[in-house]
Amino acid sequence: MSSKLIFEMSSVGRTGYRFPDIDVPVLPLDKQIKSSLLRKSKPNLPEVSEVDIIRHYSSLSKKNFGVDAGFYPLGSCTMKYNPKINEDVGNFSGFSGIHPLQSEESVQGFLEMLYETTKSLCEITGMKWGTLQPYAGAHGEYTGMKFFKSYFRKKGELNRTKVLVPTSAHGTNPASATIAGFHIEEIQADERGLVSVESLKKHLTDDVAGIMLTNPNTLGLFEKDIIEIAKLVHDAGGLLYYDGANMNAIMGKVRPGDMGFDVIHLNLHKTMSTPHGGGGPGSGPVLVSDRLVDFMPTPDVKKNDDGYYFDYNIPDTMGRVAGFYGNIAVLVRAYAYIITMGSDGLKKASEYAVLNANYLKERLKKTYHLYYDTTCMHEFVLSAKKMKEEYGISALDIAKGLLDHGYHPPTIYFPSIVPESIMIEPTETESKETLDGFVETMLDIYQLAVNDPEKLHEAPLHTAVRRVDEVLAVKQPILKWHAE
Amino acid sequence: MFSYLPQTEKDIQEMLEVIGVDSIDDLFKDIPKEILMKTPLNIPKGIAEYEVYKHMTGLAQKNRQGLSFMGSGSYDHIIPSVVGHVLQMPNFYTAYTPYQAEISQGILQSIFEFQTLICELTGMEVSNASLYDDHTAASEAITMAVNTRKKADRILVSGTIHPNTRAVIETFFSDIPVKIEEIKTENYVTSLDALKDTIDESVAAVLIQTPNFFGWAEDLTGLADLVHEHKALLIISSNPMSLGILKSQADWGADIAIGGTQPFGLSTYFGGPSVGYISTSTKNTRKMPGRIVGQTKDVDGQRAFVLTLQAREQHIKRQRATSNICSNQALAAMGSGIYLSTVGWKGLKEASSQSFQKAHYLYKRLTEELGLKALAEQDFFNEFTLIIPEADKVLTDMETQGIFAGVGLGQFFPDLKDAVTIAVTEKRTKEEMDAYVDLMKRVLK
Repeated sequence: MSSKLIFEMSSVGRTGYRFPDIDVPVLPLDKQIKSSLLRKSKPNLPEVSEVDIIRHYSSLSKKNFGVDAGFYPLGSCTMKYNPKINEDVGNFSGFSGIHPLQSEESVQGFLEMLYETTKSLCEITGMKWGTLQPYAGAHGEYTGMKFFKSYFRKKGELNRTKVLVPTSAHGTNPASATIAGFHIEEIQADERGLVSVESLKKHLTDDVAGIMLTNPNTLGLFEKDIIEIAKLVHDAGGLLYYDGANMNAIMGKVRPGDMGFDVIHLNLHKTMSTPHGGGGPGSGPVLVSDRLVDFMPTPDVKKNDDGYYFDYNIPDTMGRVAGFYGNIAVLVRAYAYIITMGSDGLKKASEYAVLNANYLKERLKKTYHLYYDTTCMHEFVLSAKKMKEEYGISALDIAKGLLDHGYHPPTIYFPSIVPESIMIEPTETESKETLDGFVETMLDIYQLAVNDPEKLHEAPLHTAVRRVDEVLAVKQPILKWHAE
Repeated sequence: MFSYLPQTEKDIQEMLEVIGVDSIDDLFKDIPKEILMKTPLNIPKGIAEYEVYKHMTGLAQKNRQGLSFMGSGSYDHIIPSVVGHVLQMPNFYTAYTPYQAEISQGILQSIFEFQTLICELTGMEVSNASLYDDHTAASEAITMAVNTRKKADRILVSGTIHPNTRAVIETFFSDIPVKIEEIKTENYVTSLDALKDTIDESVAAVLIQTPNFFGWAEDLTGLADLVHEHKALLIISSNPMSLGILKSQADWGADIAIGGTQPFGLSTYFGGPSVGYISTSTKNTRKMPGRIVGQTKDVDGQRAFVLTLQAREQHIKRQRATSNICSNQALAAMGSGIYLSTVGWKGLKEASSQSFQKAHYLYKRLTEELGLKALAEQDFFNEFTLIIPEADKVLTDMETQGIFAGVGLGQFFPDLKDAVTIAVTEKRTKEEMDAYVDLMKRVLK
């Protein structure tokens, strides 16, 4: 059933909020400001009561699916459980009520939290220092690419304009490098699904600034040749960028810094359990190696005998990347998670994430085609290519079938180097029973594909709306509500 | 013992058996031995929930709250209780980006409503689903202009915009062939004469902020004609709370409207999250950055919402995308949407005009009774800048008495070290403002 829009619930004269009566003398506006500056038009905002508001959003929330509602094996997104204590502490007024331009002396709690979070993230990733300002993964990538630019500017090597990106990379990688002023050269994965040292060598010309890699890569496979890759890139005068989207596989096991990376961004809304909020706010801290610490965005958080402070005096800084200091409310939650889990818990989290993924992979591969049949890290990729050829059932049909069974589907059609790809990431917070239940459903869906494919084409049947017409949305864009 | 990790010893053994390996370590065999960690991470071991609670309480207590008269891009407005309650509904905040439309209608519809609300307020025709903040929104808006006017490479930016916006833009365009130039100011507002002298067809966009960084409401009469005469795009950034009584970006003839929605239902939270908004005319829709929600139908003909026009975006277009943004500030944008829907136009006008009246009350008392001088004689909304001798000391003294009296501008402009920008919202009472004046009087002596 479709919900009314809040505008359609409007009734003239209703209100959802009462402000205190004004207690200062009120003078006519145009006695205090030029009337040519005053607004004449009246926007059409809804007039609803407080009860209307709550019922409206309550009804909308029933049409939405979150991790709290069920299993969410969305590959590459690390949809782990969002701990409730983090929400509680995130709502402390000692955090939410603080203004960004207060004196440093009055925000020591925040500065300590930012400093300690940076320190912990450096330890986890094997990097030297970092910035927590980037608002999201893509923003972190952009900031990371600015580190590249600053480094080569300082070295007088602005002829290095090319960044290498594997074809399996997230689309944000090439987009971020481009907006930072680089050109992209794509490199193909070899038959193992990995970057091959031989083909990399051919790309390492003297105009290459570096390479962006995800390790484990987007197929869920560890780039085994990483040490040699790092040496080759460094010997060619380039830098290595680590996309931390898949960091959940390796905490406490191996560190990007030890692999030879110079810059890494993390997605705290993936690895560090902060809620994704239906698409944000996230947080994409960037950590760097020794050779890049001089180029930090301003301000940097530092500590001396008097306490913590913001350092704006960074001679080779790349400049500012955010209005203030990042999505602080997200950072508070990530920090709470890090101290909850600690060194032992984070390591266990990664171990169990990999265990869960391999278990699911083993159980599903007997029925579904596992594209790269090898030990995976925290996620793996199936292909529905054969099912499509034999039964006309695509990755999309399987995803829509899962909706009727109370699951959020895996990521589909990414990475695009696998035809009809289904990318599954269970995360460590799911129990064996949950995984077994998911396997049963996936097997049922396979049976349905074989016996009654038409039924799957019709799925989902039991969701708030059924398959939506994406083509219509593009052909005749309706991007806001219009009064009838 | 970790309550978020459900695996028992028995589970682990059974799972390893199915996988066909002896230990979890066997699953990490692809990692070269020489880099595999041999010692634990050098951070403390995990602690119990209650210990976390106590630790975080301690941190929060090391921050000091006071009666706030600080603004400069982050404002202490009243937040209706409903906002927080809706934002804590688990199906919203624990969801990912709404890629699966059939089970994401809640978020999708709320974004569609947000887009509509932003269009209504700014007077523009289309809006996206949100950007990070008002500062990064400026970079995105300029990028739109550069992509529209491909041969133009100059961007004119008023000297009165937020210095942090300016800094974010400088970083963004430092490595691409686009020149950022400042438009001179006169009495701390943008000088149209100065703009006239420098604008020509090599200019892709003109960026103005009103109310500007000093609080002054810019009179932009005639600006749009001048900008459009030279085929440039006009970008206007506004604190959206001001739009309750001041002209909207569309009223001034803007091509792109931007700003931050923090004043709507979001706490100051040390600067984040806010939400960047961006809206423009229909003809620019396909150049807009970020996610957009559209209305469509499902197979049964029911109204439904879906992420749309994705051919602009990075996951399809990769390096040819209009922007790299994917995660935005969805939940915070929803918060601002809830705020606007709750207060309605009447409430918004109320919050906006109370902020205006109260700011003018405080301005009057400070200038008339204490004899303080304004940085310039200009119209303003809820924020103004005064010259206060020895500003740093005055602000510190007032802070120790529990009043955050304003933002000293010395940290942004060395030659304005005695300038203080003071913001007043509807949340401040007459009593609080009178206490402010009394304290200032004592401190100034």
